[in-house]
Amino acid sequence: MKLVVVAGTPGSGKTSVLMHTIRSLKQAGMSPAVVKIDCLWTDDDKRFERLDIPVRIGLSRDMCPDHFAIYNTDEMLTWAREQDAGVLINETAGLCLRCAPYPDGCLAVCVIDVTTGPNTPLKVGPLLTTADVVVATKGDIVSQAEREVFRERVNEANPGCRIIEANGLSGQGASELAEVISETPDVGQELNLRHNAPLAICTLCTGETRVAKKHHMGVLRHIDGFTEYRGE
Amino acid sequence: MQDIHELTIICGIDKSGAKEDVEKIRICPGEIIGIVGPTGSGKSSLICDIEQLSQGDTPTRRKILINGKAPGRDIRTDPRKKRIAQLSQNMHFLADMTVEEFLRMHAKSRNRNSDTVEQVIDIANTLTGESIQPGHQLTILSGGQSRALMAADIAVISDSPIVLIDEIENAGIKKQEALKLLAAEGKIVLVVTHDPVLALMTKRRIVMRNGGVRQVITTSTGEMNVCSELVKLDNYMMSLRDTIRQGGLVEQAVVV
Ligand SMILES: Nc1nc2c(ncn2[C@@H]2O[C@H](COP(=O)(O)OP(=O)(O)OP(=O)(O)O)[C@@H](O)[C@H]2O)c(=O)[nH]1
Ligand SMILES: Nc1ncnc2c1ncn2[C@@H]1O[C@H](COP(=O)(O)OP(=O)(O)OP(=O)(O)O)[C@@H](O)[C@H]1O
Ligand SMILES: [Mg+2]
Ligand SMILES: [Mg+2]
Ligand SMILES: [Zn+2]
Ligand SMILES: [Zn+2]
Repeated sequence: MKLVVVAGTPGSGKTSVLMHTIRSLKQAGMSPAVVKIDCLWTDDDKRFERLDIPVRIGLSRDMCPDHFAIYNTDEMLTWAREQDAGVLINETAGLCLRCAPYPDGCLAVCVIDVTTGPNTPLKVGPLLTTADVVVATKGDIVSQAEREVFRERVNEANPGCRIIEANGLSGQGASELAEVISETPDVGQELNLRHNAPLAICTLCTGETRVAKKHHMGVLRHIDGFTEYRGE
Repeated sequence: MQDIHELTIICGIDKSGAKEDVEKIRICPGEIIGIVGPTGSGKSSLICDIEQLSQGDTPTRRKILINGKAPGRDIRTDPRKKRIAQLSQNMHFLADMTVEEFLRMHAKSRNRNSDTVEQVIDIANTLTGESIQPGHQLTILSGGQSRALMAADIAVISDSPIVLIDEIENAGIKKQEALKLLAAEGKIVLVVTHDPVLALMTKRRIVMRNGGVRQVITTSTGEMNVCSELVKLDNYMMSLRDTIRQGGLVEQAVVV
Protein backbone atom coordinates (compact mmCIF):
# COMPACT_ATOMS: atom_id res chain seq x y z
CA MET A 1 0.00 0.00 0.00
CA LYS A 2 1.27 3.45 -0.95
CA LEU A 3 0.40 6.41 1.25
CA VAL A 4 0.02 9.91 -0.17
CA VAL A 5 -0.64 12.78 2.23
CA VAL A 6 -1.94 15.91 0.53
CA ALA A 7 -1.91 19.02 2.67
CA GLY A 8 -2.52 22.69 1.94
CA THR A 9 -4.49 25.69 3.09
CA PRO A 10 -8.30 25.68 2.58
CA GLY A 11 -9.33 26.31 -1.00
CA SER A 12 -5.83 25.90 -2.40
CA GLY A 13 -7.10 23.38 -4.95
CA LYS A 14 -6.31 20.02 -3.31
CA THR A 15 -9.54 18.28 -4.32
CA SER A 16 -9.59 19.80 -7.82
CA VAL A 17 -6.05 18.59 -8.58
CA LEU A 18 -6.70 15.21 -6.94
CA MET A 19 -9.83 14.60 -9.04
CA HIS A 20 -7.71 14.76 -12.21
CA THR A 21 -4.84 12.85 -10.60
CA ILE A 22 -7.13 10.01 -9.49
CA ARG A 23 -8.47 9.68 -13.04
CA SER A 24 -4.89 9.29 -14.29
CA LEU A 25 -4.10 6.74 -11.56
CA LYS A 26 -7.17 4.68 -12.48
CA GLN A 27 -6.21 4.80 -16.14
CA ALA A 28 -2.79 3.47 -15.17
CA GLY A 29 -4.51 0.53 -13.50
CA MET A 30 -4.00 1.56 -9.89
CA SER A 31 -6.80 1.49 -7.33
CA PRO A 32 -6.85 4.59 -5.15
CA ALA A 33 -8.93 5.20 -2.02
CA VAL A 34 -9.38 8.63 -0.42
CA VAL A 35 -9.80 9.81 3.14
CA LYS A 36 -10.60 13.47 3.67
CA ILE A 37 -9.88 14.91 7.11
CA ASP A 38 -11.52 18.21 7.88
CA CYS A 39 -12.50 20.18 10.99
CA LEU A 40 -16.20 20.91 10.91
CA TRP A 41 -17.69 20.26 7.51
CA THR A 42 -16.73 19.08 4.04
CA ASP A 43 -18.43 18.04 0.82
CA ASP A 44 -15.24 16.70 -0.71
CA ASP A 45 -16.55 13.15 -0.17
CA LYS A 46 -19.37 13.81 -2.65
CA ARG A 47 -16.89 15.10 -5.21
CA PHE A 48 -14.57 12.12 -4.82
CA GLU A 49 -17.47 9.65 -4.91
CA ARG A 50 -18.20 10.76 -8.46
CA LEU A 51 -14.95 9.01 -9.40
CA ASP A 52 -16.36 5.70 -8.22
CA ILE A 53 -13.64 4.97 -5.65
CA PRO A 54 -13.79 4.17 -1.90
CA VAL A 55 -14.10 7.46 0.04
CA ARG A 56 -14.22 8.19 3.74
CA ILE A 57 -14.31 11.38 5.77
CA GLY A 58 -13.12 12.18 9.28
CA LEU A 59 -14.01 15.35 11.18
CA SER A 60 -11.62 16.43 13.92
CA ARG A 61 -14.12 18.90 15.47
CA ASP A 62 -12.39 20.69 18.36
CA MET A 63 -9.03 19.04 17.76
CA CYS A 64 -6.17 20.01 15.50
CA PRO A 65 -7.04 18.27 12.22
CA ASP A 66 -3.40 17.38 11.67
CA HIS A 67 -3.08 15.68 15.07
CA PHE A 68 -6.32 13.88 14.34
CA ALA A 69 -5.04 12.74 10.94
CA ILE A 70 -1.71 11.58 12.38
CA TYR A 71 -3.00 9.24 15.06
CA ASN A 72 -5.71 7.92 12.76
CA THR A 73 -3.27 7.00 9.98
CA ASP A 74 -3.17 3.34 11.04
CA GLU A 75 -6.94 3.08 10.97
CA MET A 76 -7.07 4.74 7.56
CA LEU A 77 -4.51 2.30 6.17
CA THR A 78 -6.42 -0.67 7.58
CA TRP A 79 -9.63 0.63 6.04
CA ALA A 80 -7.93 1.17 2.66
CA ARG A 81 -6.53 -2.39 2.73
CA GLU A 82 -10.05 -3.69 3.34
CA GLN A 83 -11.13 -1.80 0.22
CA ASP A 84 -8.37 -3.56 -1.77
CA ALA A 85 -6.84 -0.19 -2.56
CA GLY A 86 -3.28 0.12 -3.81
CA VAL A 87 -2.88 3.77 -2.85
CA LEU A 88 -4.36 5.63 0.09
CA ILE A 89 -4.67 9.34 -0.55
CA ASN A 90 -5.25 11.43 2.55
CA GLU A 91 -6.44 14.98 1.91
CA THR A 92 -6.00 16.98 5.10
CA ALA A 93 -7.49 20.29 6.17
CA GLY A 94 -4.12 21.97 6.70
CA LEU A 95 -5.31 24.80 8.89
CA CYS A 96 -2.61 24.66 11.50
CA LEU A 97 0.60 25.88 9.92
CA ARG A 98 2.71 24.64 12.83
CA CYS A 99 1.87 21.03 12.13
CA ALA A 100 2.88 18.94 9.16
CA PRO A 101 0.93 15.71 8.99
CA TYR A 102 3.51 13.82 6.91
CA PRO A 103 4.93 10.53 8.19
CA ASP A 104 8.19 9.25 6.71
CA GLY A 105 7.56 6.66 4.03
CA CYS A 106 4.59 8.53 2.56
CA LEU A 107 4.61 10.82 -0.44
CA ALA A 108 4.17 14.25 1.11
CA VAL A 109 2.37 16.67 -1.20
CA CYS A 110 1.84 20.33 -0.33
CA VAL A 111 -0.71 22.17 -2.48
CA ILE A 112 -0.24 25.93 -2.55
CA ASP A 113 -2.17 28.64 -4.37
CA VAL A 114 0.04 30.96 -6.46
CA THR A 115 -2.42 33.86 -6.18
CA THR A 116 -1.70 34.17 -2.44
CA GLY A 117 1.55 35.87 -3.43
CA PRO A 118 5.26 35.03 -3.40
CA ASN A 119 5.64 35.56 0.36
CA THR A 120 3.32 32.65 1.14
CA PRO A 121 5.98 29.93 0.73
CA LEU A 122 7.87 31.61 3.58
CA LYS A 123 4.80 31.58 5.82
CA VAL A 124 3.50 28.04 5.60
CA GLY A 125 6.37 26.40 7.48
CA PRO A 126 6.82 22.62 7.82
CA LEU A 127 3.75 21.96 5.66
CA LEU A 128 5.89 23.13 2.74
CA THR A 129 9.46 22.68 3.94
CA THR A 130 9.07 18.96 4.71
CA ALA A 131 7.06 18.10 1.57
CA ASP A 132 8.44 15.94 -1.26
CA VAL A 133 6.26 17.56 -3.90
CA VAL A 134 4.93 21.10 -3.98
CA VAL A 135 1.95 21.58 -6.27
CA ALA A 136 1.49 25.23 -7.25
CA THR A 137 -2.11 25.87 -8.38
CA LYS A 138 -4.04 28.70 -10.05
CA GLY A 139 -1.12 29.83 -12.20
CA ASP A 140 -3.72 30.65 -14.86
CA ILE A 141 -4.64 33.78 -12.90
CA VAL A 142 -1.17 35.37 -12.77
CA SER A 143 1.56 36.26 -15.27
CA GLN A 144 4.41 33.96 -16.21
CA ALA A 145 6.83 36.22 -14.30
CA GLU A 146 4.77 35.86 -11.13
CA ARG A 147 4.68 32.10 -11.48
CA GLU A 148 8.44 32.03 -11.86
CA VAL A 149 9.02 34.29 -8.85
CA PHE A 150 6.68 32.09 -6.80
CA ARG A 151 8.59 29.02 -7.88
CA GLU A 152 11.86 30.64 -6.86
CA ARG A 153 10.46 31.30 -3.39
CA VAL A 154 9.32 27.68 -3.05
CA ASN A 155 12.82 26.60 -4.05
CA GLU A 156 14.31 28.81 -1.37
CA ALA A 157 11.98 27.44 1.31
CA ASN A 158 12.37 23.77 0.29
CA PRO A 159 15.42 23.35 -1.97
CA GLY A 160 15.03 19.62 -2.62
CA CYS A 161 11.36 19.45 -3.51
CA ARG A 162 9.81 18.72 -6.86
CA ILE A 163 7.59 21.56 -7.99
CA ILE A 164 4.58 20.77 -10.17
CA GLU A 165 2.63 23.63 -11.72
CA ALA A 166 -0.94 22.43 -11.78
CA ASN A 167 -4.33 23.73 -12.75
CA GLY A 168 -7.28 22.30 -10.88
CA LEU A 169 -9.67 23.36 -13.63
CA SER A 170 -7.90 22.08 -16.75
CA GLY A 171 -6.03 19.21 -15.11
CA GLN A 172 -2.60 20.49 -16.11
CA GLY A 173 0.09 18.84 -13.94
CA ALA A 174 -2.19 16.03 -12.73
CA SER A 175 -0.60 13.35 -14.90
CA GLU A 176 2.82 14.36 -13.60
CA LEU A 177 1.59 14.03 -10.01
CA ALA A 178 0.08 10.63 -10.84
CA GLU A 179 3.44 9.55 -12.24
CA VAL A 180 5.25 10.56 -9.03
CA ILE A 181 2.63 8.69 -6.99
CA SER A 182 3.05 5.53 -9.02
CA GLU A 183 6.84 5.66 -8.43
CA THR A 184 6.39 5.97 -4.65
CA PRO A 185 7.37 2.85 -2.65
CA ASP A 186 4.89 1.16 -0.29
CA VAL A 187 4.68 2.40 3.32
CA GLY A 188 6.49 0.41 6.02
CA GLN A 189 5.15 -0.84 9.37
CA GLU A 190 6.52 1.74 11.79
CA LEU A 191 5.64 5.26 10.71
CA ASN A 192 7.32 8.29 12.24
CA LEU A 193 6.48 11.94 11.77
CA ARG A 194 8.90 14.03 9.73
CA HIS A 195 8.33 17.08 11.85
CA ASN A 196 7.55 17.30 15.59
CA ALA A 197 4.01 18.33 16.37
CA PRO A 198 4.11 21.62 18.28
CA LEU A 199 3.92 22.05 22.05
CA ALA A 200 0.42 21.56 23.35
CA ILE A 201 0.84 22.09 27.04
CA CYS A 202 -0.81 25.41 27.73
CA THR A 203 -3.93 25.74 29.86
CA LEU A 204 -6.03 26.68 26.83
CA CYS A 205 -5.46 23.16 25.56
CA THR A 206 -7.18 21.82 28.66
CA GLY A 207 -10.22 24.05 28.55
CA GLU A 208 -9.29 27.36 30.25
CA THR A 209 -11.38 30.11 28.61
CA ARG A 210 -10.34 33.23 30.55
CA VAL A 211 -8.12 35.40 28.40
CA ALA A 212 -5.73 37.18 30.78
CA LYS A 213 -2.23 35.69 31.06
CA LYS A 214 -2.45 35.44 34.87
CA HIS A 215 -4.89 32.54 34.49
CA HIS A 216 -2.47 30.50 32.44
CA MET A 217 0.26 28.04 33.35
CA GLY A 218 2.77 25.91 31.53
CA VAL A 219 4.96 27.17 28.70
CA LEU A 220 3.96 30.76 27.93
CA ARG A 221 5.50 32.85 25.18
CA HIS A 222 5.18 36.63 25.45
CA ILE A 223 4.53 38.78 22.43
CA ASP A 224 8.18 39.92 22.49
CA GLY A 225 9.27 36.29 22.17
CA PHE A 226 10.27 35.79 25.83
CA THR A 227 9.31 32.27 26.89
CA GLU A 228 8.68 31.30 30.52
CA TYR A 229 7.45 28.31 32.40
CA ARG A 230 4.83 28.93 35.07
CA GLY A 231 3.77 26.15 37.39
CA GLU A 232 5.21 23.40 39.50
CA MET B 1 22.21 24.75 -24.59
CA GLN B 2 20.70 23.50 -27.83
CA ASP B 3 19.54 25.91 -30.51
CA ILE B 4 15.89 25.95 -31.42
CA HIS B 5 15.39 25.57 -35.15
CA GLU B 6 11.78 24.41 -35.18
CA LEU B 7 8.66 24.55 -33.05
CA THR B 8 5.96 22.03 -33.95
CA ILE B 9 2.34 22.02 -32.86
CA ILE B 10 0.75 18.59 -33.21
CA CYS B 11 -2.94 19.41 -33.13
CA GLY B 12 -5.46 17.60 -30.92
CA ILE B 13 -9.19 18.02 -30.39
CA ASP B 14 -11.60 20.96 -30.25
CA LYS B 15 -14.26 21.71 -27.62
CA SER B 16 -16.63 19.12 -29.11
CA GLY B 17 -13.94 16.46 -28.98
CA ALA B 18 -13.56 16.36 -32.79
CA LYS B 19 -10.12 16.36 -34.40
CA GLU B 20 -8.80 19.79 -35.32
CA ASP B 21 -8.87 20.61 -39.04
CA VAL B 22 -5.09 21.02 -39.23
CA GLU B 23 -2.80 18.18 -38.22
CA LYS B 24 0.52 19.86 -37.66
CA ILE B 25 2.01 23.38 -37.72
CA ARG B 26 5.75 23.91 -38.09
CA ILE B 27 7.29 27.28 -37.17
CA CYS B 28 10.87 28.41 -37.75
CA PRO B 29 12.98 31.14 -36.09
CA GLY B 30 12.32 34.61 -37.53
CA GLU B 31 8.64 33.89 -38.14
CA ILE B 32 5.85 35.94 -36.61
CA ILE B 33 2.61 33.97 -36.51
CA GLY B 34 -0.78 35.45 -35.71
CA ILE B 35 -3.58 33.65 -33.85
CA VAL B 36 -7.06 34.96 -34.65
CA GLY B 37 -10.62 33.90 -33.93
CA PRO B 38 -13.78 34.96 -32.07
CA THR B 39 -13.73 35.44 -28.28
CA GLY B 40 -13.71 32.11 -26.49
CA SER B 41 -12.47 30.22 -29.57
CA GLY B 42 -9.38 28.88 -27.80
CA LYS B 43 -6.63 31.34 -28.77
CA SER B 44 -5.28 31.71 -25.24
CA SER B 45 -5.52 27.97 -24.72
CA LEU B 46 -3.29 27.39 -27.75
CA ILE B 47 -0.72 29.84 -26.37
CA CYS B 48 -0.85 28.13 -22.97
CA ASP B 49 -0.29 24.73 -24.56
CA ILE B 50 2.91 26.08 -26.08
CA GLU B 51 4.01 27.73 -22.83
CA GLN B 52 3.54 24.49 -20.91
CA LEU B 53 5.06 22.43 -23.74
CA SER B 54 1.97 20.23 -23.39
CA GLN B 55 2.31 16.54 -24.19
CA GLY B 56 -1.32 15.57 -24.71
CA ASP B 57 -2.02 16.31 -21.04
CA THR B 58 -4.38 19.30 -21.44
CA PRO B 59 -8.04 19.33 -22.57
CA THR B 60 -6.90 20.11 -26.14
CA ARG B 61 -4.66 16.99 -26.26
CA ARG B 62 -2.09 18.95 -28.27
CA LYS B 63 1.58 18.03 -28.30
CA ILE B 64 4.34 20.58 -28.65
CA LEU B 65 7.71 19.52 -30.06
CA ILE B 66 11.00 21.36 -30.12
CA ASN B 67 13.33 20.47 -32.99
CA GLY B 68 10.97 17.62 -33.81
CA LYS B 69 11.21 15.99 -30.38
CA ALA B 70 9.22 16.04 -27.14
CA PRO B 71 11.25 18.19 -24.72
CA GLY B 72 12.50 16.63 -21.48
CA ARG B 73 10.98 17.38 -18.09
CA ASP B 74 13.60 19.89 -16.92
CA ILE B 75 13.16 21.96 -20.09
CA ARG B 76 9.40 21.87 -19.56
CA THR B 77 9.51 23.07 -15.97
CA ASP B 78 12.74 24.80 -14.97
CA PRO B 79 12.54 28.53 -15.84
CA ARG B 80 16.34 28.57 -16.05
CA LYS B 81 16.18 26.11 -18.94
CA LYS B 82 12.84 27.01 -20.41
CA ARG B 83 13.27 28.96 -23.62
CA ILE B 84 9.77 30.42 -23.76
CA ALA B 85 8.49 33.84 -22.71
CA GLN B 86 4.77 34.50 -22.41
CA LEU B 87 2.83 37.72 -22.14
CA SER B 88 -0.47 36.36 -20.90
CA GLN B 89 -3.87 38.02 -21.01
CA ASN B 90 -3.68 38.90 -17.28
CA MET B 91 -3.67 42.64 -16.76
CA HIS B 92 -2.68 42.84 -13.10
CA PHE B 93 -0.04 41.66 -10.69
CA LEU B 94 -1.18 40.07 -7.43
CA ALA B 95 2.23 39.87 -5.72
CA ASP B 96 2.58 42.16 -2.74
CA MET B 97 6.12 43.42 -3.49
CA THR B 98 7.78 46.49 -4.89
CA VAL B 99 8.55 46.64 -8.59
CA GLU B 100 12.28 46.45 -7.89
CA GLU B 101 12.05 43.53 -5.44
CA PHE B 102 9.88 41.60 -7.88
CA LEU B 103 12.13 42.15 -10.88
CA ARG B 104 15.18 41.14 -8.83
CA MET B 105 13.51 37.87 -7.83
CA HIS B 106 12.46 37.26 -11.39
CA ALA B 107 15.97 37.92 -12.70
CA LYS B 108 17.26 35.41 -10.14
CA SER B 109 14.72 32.78 -11.19
CA ARG B 110 15.86 33.19 -14.80
CA ASN B 111 19.58 33.28 -13.90
CA ARG B 112 19.90 36.89 -15.07
CA ASN B 113 22.01 39.64 -13.64
CA SER B 114 20.04 41.98 -11.35
CA ASP B 115 21.28 45.11 -13.12
CA THR B 116 18.70 44.25 -15.78
CA VAL B 117 16.10 45.62 -13.34
CA GLU B 118 16.70 49.27 -14.15
CA GLN B 119 16.66 48.51 -17.87
CA VAL B 120 13.24 46.81 -17.58
CA ILE B 121 11.73 49.81 -15.83
CA ASP B 122 13.22 52.24 -18.39
CA ILE B 123 11.81 50.25 -21.30
CA ALA B 124 8.41 49.88 -19.63
CA ASN B 125 8.28 53.64 -19.23
CA THR B 126 8.69 54.13 -22.98
CA LEU B 127 5.49 52.12 -23.54
CA THR B 128 3.25 53.65 -20.93
CA GLY B 129 1.99 57.10 -20.02
CA GLU B 130 2.61 57.76 -16.35
CA SER B 131 6.01 56.42 -15.31
CA ILE B 132 6.63 53.39 -13.12
CA GLN B 133 9.06 53.82 -10.19
CA PRO B 134 11.24 51.04 -8.70
CA GLY B 135 9.71 51.65 -5.27
CA HIS B 136 6.07 51.36 -6.43
CA GLN B 137 4.04 48.46 -5.05
CA LEU B 138 3.25 46.13 -7.96
CA THR B 139 -0.39 45.92 -6.95
CA ILE B 140 -1.01 49.67 -7.36
CA LEU B 141 0.08 49.72 -11.01
CA SER B 142 -2.72 50.31 -13.49
CA GLY B 143 -3.65 47.75 -16.13
CA GLY B 144 -1.64 49.58 -18.79
CA GLN B 145 1.38 50.06 -16.52
CA SER B 146 1.34 46.39 -15.48
CA ARG B 147 1.10 45.37 -19.11
CA ALA B 148 4.03 47.62 -20.09
CA LEU B 149 6.12 46.21 -17.24
CA MET B 150 5.24 42.63 -18.23
CA ALA B 151 6.26 43.37 -21.83
CA ALA B 152 9.58 44.98 -20.82
CA ASP B 153 10.27 42.10 -18.43
CA ILE B 154 9.82 39.67 -21.31
CA ALA B 155 12.13 41.66 -23.58
CA VAL B 156 14.94 41.74 -21.02
CA ILE B 157 14.69 39.22 -18.17
CA SER B 158 12.75 36.47 -19.95
CA ASP B 159 14.49 37.15 -23.28
CA SER B 160 13.86 33.77 -24.99
CA PRO B 161 13.93 32.32 -28.50
CA ILE B 162 10.17 31.61 -28.34
CA VAL B 163 7.85 34.50 -27.48
CA LEU B 164 4.09 34.21 -26.93
CA ILE B 165 1.97 37.35 -26.82
CA ASP B 166 -1.70 37.37 -25.81
CA GLU B 167 -3.50 40.56 -26.88
CA ILE B 168 -1.00 43.37 -26.56
CA GLU B 169 -3.45 45.86 -28.10
CA ASN B 170 -6.09 46.29 -25.42
CA ALA B 171 -4.12 47.91 -22.61
CA GLY B 172 -3.71 51.38 -24.09
CA ILE B 173 0.04 50.92 -24.50
CA LYS B 174 1.87 51.54 -27.76
CA LYS B 175 1.13 48.23 -29.48
CA GLN B 176 3.38 48.51 -32.54
CA GLU B 177 6.36 49.55 -30.38
CA ALA B 178 5.59 46.75 -27.93
CA LEU B 179 5.46 44.18 -30.72
CA LYS B 180 8.74 45.45 -32.16
CA LEU B 181 10.33 45.22 -28.72
CA LEU B 182 9.17 41.64 -28.15
CA ALA B 183 9.62 40.27 -31.65
CA ALA B 184 13.38 40.66 -31.91
CA GLU B 185 15.08 39.20 -34.98
CA GLY B 186 15.51 35.44 -35.19
CA LYS B 187 12.80 34.62 -32.66
CA ILE B 188 9.72 32.48 -33.02
CA VAL B 189 6.82 34.77 -32.16
CA LEU B 190 3.13 33.95 -31.79
CA VAL B 191 0.71 36.83 -31.34
CA VAL B 192 -2.93 36.42 -30.33
CA THR B 193 -4.79 39.42 -31.66
CA HIS B 194 -8.17 40.90 -32.54
CA ASP B 195 -6.39 43.84 -34.23
CA PRO B 196 -6.28 43.83 -38.06
CA VAL B 197 -3.00 45.78 -38.16
CA LEU B 198 -1.19 43.32 -35.91
CA ALA B 199 -2.83 40.33 -37.62
CA LEU B 200 -1.65 41.48 -41.06
CA MET B 201 1.85 42.29 -39.79
CA THR B 202 2.40 38.55 -39.29
CA LYS B 203 3.68 36.15 -41.92
CA ARG B 204 0.99 33.52 -41.34
CA ARG B 205 -2.08 33.39 -39.15
CA ILE B 206 -3.76 30.52 -37.37
CA VAL B 207 -7.56 30.70 -37.44
CA MET B 208 -9.37 29.27 -34.39
CA ARG B 209 -12.99 28.27 -33.86
CA ASN B 210 -14.73 26.19 -31.17
CA GLY B 211 -11.41 25.46 -29.44
CA GLY B 212 -9.74 24.05 -32.54
CA VAL B 213 -7.36 25.20 -35.30
CA ARG B 214 -9.40 25.60 -38.52
CA GLN B 215 -6.79 26.79 -41.01
CA VAL B 216 -3.45 28.52 -41.44
CA ILE B 217 -3.46 31.48 -43.83
CA THR B 218 -0.31 32.92 -45.38
CA THR B 219 -0.43 36.72 -45.65
CA SER B 220 -0.64 37.56 -49.38
CA THR B 221 1.04 40.48 -51.17
CA GLY B 222 -2.39 42.10 -51.49
CA GLU B 223 -2.88 41.83 -47.73
CA MET B 224 0.57 43.28 -47.11
CA ASN B 225 -0.44 46.32 -49.16
CA VAL B 226 -3.65 46.64 -47.14
CA CYS B 227 -1.50 46.35 -44.04
CA SER B 228 0.76 49.28 -44.94
CA GLU B 229 -2.33 51.43 -45.60
CA LEU B 230 -3.76 50.32 -42.24
CA VAL B 231 -0.51 51.19 -40.46
CA LYS B 232 -0.79 54.76 -41.72
CA LEU B 233 -4.41 54.91 -40.55
CA ASP B 234 -3.46 53.37 -37.23
CA ASN B 235 -0.61 55.82 -36.65
CA TYR B 236 -3.03 58.64 -37.38
CA MET B 237 -5.49 57.17 -34.84
CA MET B 238 -2.68 56.88 -32.30
CA SER B 239 -1.67 60.51 -32.77
CA LEU B 240 -5.28 61.59 -32.25
CA ARG B 241 -5.47 59.37 -29.20
CA ASP B 242 -2.35 61.00 -27.77
CA THR B 243 -3.67 64.49 -28.38
CA ILE B 244 -6.97 63.68 -26.69
CA ARG B 245 -5.18 61.98 -23.77
CA GLN B 246 -3.04 65.09 -23.23
CA GLY B 247 -6.17 67.19 -23.01
CA GLY B 248 -5.72 68.65 -26.51
CA LEU B 249 -8.41 69.45 -29.09
CA VAL B 250 -8.75 67.64 -32.41
CA GLU B 251 -11.13 70.00 -34.22
CA GLN B 252 -8.63 70.31 -37.10
CA ALA B 253 -8.39 66.56 -37.60
CA VAL B 254 -9.24 65.28 -41.06
CA VAL B 255 -11.51 62.31 -41.39
CA VAL B 256 -9.76 59.90 -43.75
N1 LIG C 1 -8.50 29.53 -11.55
C1 LIG C 1 -8.25 28.39 -10.92
N2 LIG C 1 -9.10 27.97 -9.97
C2 LIG C 1 -8.84 26.82 -9.33
C3 LIG C 1 -7.68 26.05 -9.63
N3 LIG C 1 -7.69 24.96 -8.81
C4 LIG C 1 -8.79 25.04 -8.06
N4 LIG C 1 -9.51 26.15 -8.36
C5 LIG C 1 -10.76 26.60 -7.71
O1 LIG C 1 -10.48 26.87 -6.35
C6 LIG C 1 -11.59 26.52 -5.51
C7 LIG C 1 -11.17 25.58 -4.38
O2 LIG C 1 -10.73 24.35 -4.92
P1 LIG C 1 -10.78 22.98 -4.11
O3 LIG C 1 -10.17 21.93 -4.98
O4 LIG C 1 -12.12 22.71 -3.54
O5 LIG C 1 -9.77 23.31 -2.93
P2 LIG C 1 -9.38 22.42 -1.65
O6 LIG C 1 -7.96 22.73 -1.33
O7 LIG C 1 -9.71 20.99 -1.89
O8 LIG C 1 -10.35 23.05 -0.55
P3 LIG C 1 -10.73 22.45 0.91
O9 LIG C 1 -10.83 20.97 0.77
O10 LIG C 1 -12.05 23.09 1.21
O11 LIG C 1 -9.64 22.90 1.83
C8 LIG C 1 -12.62 25.90 -6.46
O12 LIG C 1 -13.57 26.90 -6.75
C9 LIG C 1 -11.82 25.52 -7.68
O13 LIG C 1 -12.60 25.53 -8.85
C10 LIG C 1 -6.78 26.53 -10.66
O14 LIG C 1 -5.74 25.94 -10.99
N5 LIG C 1 -7.12 27.71 -11.26
N1 LIG D 1 -9.78 22.25 -27.52
C1 LIG D 1 -10.45 22.57 -26.39
N2 LIG D 1 -11.08 21.62 -25.67
C2 LIG D 1 -11.76 21.96 -24.54
N3 LIG D 1 -11.86 23.20 -24.05
C3 LIG D 1 -11.25 24.19 -24.73
C4 LIG D 1 -10.52 23.94 -25.93
N4 LIG D 1 -10.01 25.11 -26.38
C5 LIG D 1 -10.43 26.06 -25.50
N5 LIG D 1 -11.18 25.52 -24.50
C6 LIG D 1 -11.82 26.25 -23.38
O1 LIG D 1 -12.61 27.30 -23.91
C7 LIG D 1 -12.55 28.46 -23.09
C8 LIG D 1 -12.18 29.70 -23.89
O2 LIG D 1 -10.88 29.54 -24.46
P1 LIG D 1 -9.79 30.71 -24.52
O3 LIG D 1 -9.73 31.47 -23.24
O4 LIG D 1 -8.52 30.10 -24.99
O5 LIG D 1 -10.42 31.64 -25.66
P2 LIG D 1 -9.83 32.95 -26.38
O6 LIG D 1 -9.93 32.69 -27.83
O7 LIG D 1 -8.49 33.28 -25.85
O8 LIG D 1 -10.89 34.05 -25.96
P3 LIG D 1 -10.69 35.66 -25.79
O9 LIG D 1 -10.64 36.25 -27.16
O10 LIG D 1 -11.92 36.04 -25.04
O11 LIG D 1 -9.43 35.87 -25.01
C9 LIG D 1 -11.56 28.13 -21.98
O12 LIG D 1 -12.27 27.80 -20.80
C10 LIG D 1 -10.78 26.94 -22.51
O13 LIG D 1 -10.32 26.10 -21.45
MG1 LIG E 1 -10.87 19.73 -0.74
MG1 LIG F 1 -7.79 34.84 -24.69
ZN1 LIG G 1 -1.69 21.70 14.82
ZN1 LIG H 1 -2.62 25.22 23.91
